[in-house]
Amino acid sequence: MVTNVTSFGRSGLYDWLVQRVTAIILAVYFVGMLGYLIQHPDLSYQQWHALFSTTWVRIASLLALISLCAHAWVGLWTISTDYLTPYLIGPKATVLRLLFQAGSVALMFIYLVWGIQILWGM
Amino acid sequence: MLVSIYRYNPEVDDKPRMQDYEIELPGGKDLMVLDVLELLKRQDPSIAYRRSCREGVCGSDGMNISGTNGLACITPVSAATRNGKLVLRPLPGMPVVRDLVVDMSVFYKQFEKIQPYLINNSPAPAIERLQTPAEREKLDGLYECILCACCSTNCPSFWWNPDKFIGPAGLLQAYRFLADSRDTATEERLSNLEDPFSVFRCRGIMNCVAVCPKGLNPTRAIGHIRSMLLQRAS
Repeated sequence: MVTNVTSFGRSGLYDWLVQRVTAIILAVYFVGMLGYLIQHPDLSYQQWHALFSTTWVRIASLLALISLCAHAWVGLWTISTDYLTPYLIGPKATVLRLLFQAGSVALMFIYLVWGIQILWGM
Repeated sequence: MLVSIYRYNPEVDDKPRMQDYEIELPGGKDLMVLDVLELLKRQDPSIAYRRSCREGVCGSDGMNISGTNGLACITPVSAATRNGKLVLRPLPGMPVVRDLVVDMSVFYKQFEKIQPYLINNSPAPAIERLQTPAEREKLDGLYECILCACCSTNCPSFWWNPDKFIGPAGLLQAYRFLADSRDTATEERLSNLEDPFSVFRCRGIMNCVAVCPKGLNPTRAIGHIRSMLLQRAS
């Protein structure tokens, strides 16, 4: 049976709100980045490096990265509980769904740590 | 005209099939799809479908007409025919009882869940519970639902989770009682809807709005429920 225990915040309202707020953060971040890239058509590695050396860009990037993970978790959880259900694919669905969800979380965690490492240049 | 009808009798058939019928329609008028079915039933009495009022009030003859859910009794043949062919299938995603007749149990179960009746435990007044015209106006566009299931069975979220997502028809009625000034169970009703499935499986694709034979807007009602949940929580 598909239940709520694996959802992000156990509450539909919480997940819904998280998805909307993170969507706004991601939109603002990517529009800002796009604006920077358009303003610097001949972008050099030094300029790009200098941009990501500033604290505010690192904070914004980290916020965007965390938002992306939360946003993706709500979205992938929704997809897995839509399509990987006993109703649609039979009795193996629960195991398959949990594996898919565990895989998604693991991947997001790896991306998050990797992203922090890149941002802070460790 | 060519009419293709979904035929399935679980007691006899291994699997469903489409059966084609050629029919001569009387000229000079635009029949409704239900009229065509009635004429075909004279040709082949084994065709099964539901019908009752034949004027879009009872909601019995909801079916998939040339790819779009609608009521057979108020859908003109001219509007439903594609390339000279009329294709009739049962409401999508529902277990078929026979031909165009589906088992609506899960749909009614979701309707039952939202407690579709006025809850007010305060002592009843001598005559009736009064509403101002403004309060009454809030129920317009909500109470008219005839429960034909055209919307819910056109909703992918309802196809995937029919046991947990209330569906557009049920949610329209949920909001009908949330918006009613005479109902006092708002808190309890909202608590029952807060989980990740009941309301929040709606992705806002508005299939429900596109097919509602009564021109109602379940997506807007779902938006109002979300706002109420958000206001209550914050």
